[in-house]
Amino acid sequence: MRAAVQPYNLVLRVAAKMLIPLILMFALYVQFHGEIGPGGGFQAGVIFSAAFVLYALVFGMGLARAVATERVLRVLAAFGMLLYMGVGLASLFAGANFLDFNVLAQDRVEGQHLGIFLIELGIGMTVAAVMMTMFFAFAERGAKS
Amino acid sequence: MVRLRNLFAVVMLFGIYSFLTAALFVTLDAVDVAFTEAAVGAGISTFLLLSTLALTVRREKVHHKRNLIPLLVVTAIGATLVYGTLDMPYFNDPHAPVHSHVARHYIEATEQEVGVPNLVTAVLASYRGYDTLGEVTVIFTAGIGVLALLGYRKRGSKP
Repeated sequence: MRAAVQPYNLVLRVAAKMLIPLILMFALYVQFHGEIGPGGGFQAGVIFSAAFVLYALVFGMGLARAVATERVLRVLAAFGMLLYMGVGLASLFAGANFLDFNVLAQDRVEGQHLGIFLIELGIGMTVAAVMMTMFFAFAERGAKS
Repeated sequence: MVRLRNLFAVVMLFGIYSFLTAALFVTLDAVDVAFTEAAVGAGISTFLLLSTLALTVRREKVHHKRNLIPLLVVTAIGATLVYGTLDMPYFNDPHAPVHSHVARHYIEATEQEVGVPNLVTAVLASYRGYDTLGEVTVIFTAGIGVLALLGYRKRGSKP
């Protein structure tokens, strides 16, 4: 895979610049609106990574890598999982079962809301980071050889 | 019978198949699943397969010797799977096991117990949170696997 699709393609660049913020916004909407509408962390993570993939394809690997460095992605992926398990452990320490959100707040429903929000956030982080990691792993290997 | 040697076309057909499956899920009122299928199945999978093609070759190698064992294995497994579906309840059967165990409780009690309008999120994140933890672990492990196979550069060599 080449580092950029075209060295300089004005139409592609302008279209991508217009689309990427919308894609990111849509990802955040899917992430935080998942309790009410369709969606959730998995879908949001994939959409979020799709925006980065588009950026990397149009503007080149180097610029995308400046934001999504290997270290950032690795930490993000691990942190998402740890957040998920941390919520489970928090409810364990609060005297309930693993991942029982009822005890996370004063009110039972509030605790459920908080728990779902946090674990969806964890899912979103891990999925987005892993998808980007995979993309960069494939793409950079192609660019190298 | 369709036979394609051009792997690019095969990947595209897979993408189309994923989109059709997503449309099927929408008609079954499973928007969450359709969403996932469209994003992961049609989007990211197609893309990853295409990047794999970019790293390897676009055309399948032609084997002149015919090997019947894979065909037999595939046929046997397919027949077993079809045999397994014979026991499945009919679509919309009110007495199906899926409707008679916990589903009723989820539908009736989610509003009081979890308080979120989207039942799917309530089931995935709250009632079945442990399973979802497993799913995230799968994704995470896949990422580690890709990094282990493709991601590491030798120390000192510039990317």
